[in-house]
Amino acid sequence: MSETSVVDVRDAVVLLGSFPALAEATLTIERGELVVVQGANGAGKTTLLRLCAGLLPLARGSARVMGHDVGRDRAAVRASVGFLGHANGLYLDLTAGENLSFWGDVVGAHRAEVESAAQRMGLNDRLLSTQVGRLSAGQKRRTALAIMAVRRATLWLLDEPHAGLDAAGRDEIDALLRDAVAAGATVVVASHELERSASLATRRIEVVGGRIVESGGRE
Amino acid sequence: MSTSRVVGIARAVAAKDLRIEWRSRVMTNQVLPFAAIVMVLFAFALDNDGILQRVAPGLVWMATLFTSLVVVQRSFAVESADSAIDALRLAGVPSQGVYLGKVAALVVQLVVFETVLAVLALILYRVNVDLHGAVLLVTTCVLGSLGIAALAAVYGGLSVAGRGRETLLPLLLLPAVAPVLIGATRATESAFGSDGARVAEGWPWVGLLAVFGAVFLFGGTLGFGPLTDE
Repeated sequence: MSETSVVDVRDAVVLLGSFPALAEATLTIERGELVVVQGANGAGKTTLLRLCAGLLPLARGSARVMGHDVGRDRAAVRASVGFLGHANGLYLDLTAGENLSFWGDVVGAHRAEVESAAQRMGLNDRLLSTQVGRLSAGQKRRTALAIMAVRRATLWLLDEPHAGLDAAGRDEIDALLRDAVAAGATVVVASHELERSASLATRRIEVVGGRIVESGGRE
Repeated sequence: MSTSRVVGIARAVAAKDLRIEWRSRVMTNQVLPFAAIVMVLFAFALDNDGILQRVAPGLVWMATLFTSLVVVQRSFAVESADSAIDALRLAGVPSQGVYLGKVAALVVQLVVFETVLAVLALILYRVNVDLHGAVLLVTTCVLGSLGIAALAAVYGGLSVAGRGRETLLPLLLLPAVAPVLIGATRATESAFGSDGARVAEGWPWVGLLAVFGAVFLFGGTLGFGPLTDE
């Protein structure tokens, strides 16, 4: 594992019941990469992301995130990782701005940091003062990504972030993810959309039957 | 993890919960009128001043207990609607802060609710409360609410992950909260002077409520995280 490695998974086996959702998977992700994890449904993409987020136990092998063991140092791993699954994790009765302020209070971020995160994710005053339940799917995703920025997450793990978005919304998310990488984050996206993956990623990997196969070199 | 961080998180969670409740007006527009109707119906059904004055403390606390189920379910429904509580958990936010914040918001709501019910009892059931009784009543409401909220927040968190959450919460909460119900009812009887009870007789029950509240709060602070984690 090099000093710039954010993720270092070696020979990892994750069992869901008796089924090996990850089978001796090995993967290293360096700081500042934007990695797209491809694979068919059920191949193990989400399992890989959840392992890196400290949400699943390892049956064998090792997995370290930001130098922390995902099994033993779960709290440290979770504090540095932002995981966005199919839900956005927002309070629908609050405005987007109130959601951001809430997270700012929870993590002790300054008001300026919250405003900067909102600006980076393209959340203008009108959107910030709109109740989240009334936002579009894309606007909710942007709010959730802004929360990751407020949290100062260094590793962003996104499971199908384009799901439910129209073409414009997908392009918008891609641009925001590139901005996040430019701002110092490392981003890992699980997606089954090959064309979009090719245009978004600095590196692509494929998960086949729980095993990891490199499918696109580092740019 | 520092105490100030936990307190900061608790304050943020409580403020967020109260803001959501204030905005939705479910408590003021639906829950309170429902409880008021129940109190009025009891007045009609037990149309006898002697009986009403004797049972008023029990009616107030039974109404509080059943209403607390709605309030707790609401409190955790907003957390689960878009998996916000999972986001807090996955972000490694200390569960103690989340728990204490939920408890604080629940206590505030329950105390407001009990105040309205107590006033209704005074009017509808012709209960008399002197100054000493009022002090006892307020203390009972605060500590009784703390005991209920401290338990309810744990079970509310558990029921978020469980199937059939609407029925799971009452099944878990009602038996466990029985000691609080008994203590609060006895103390309120003394505050109301029901059946000739004196105010001084209520304070030992308040002491018991304080013990329950402290034990439930301590246990909940320790247990909320492990119980609600995956």
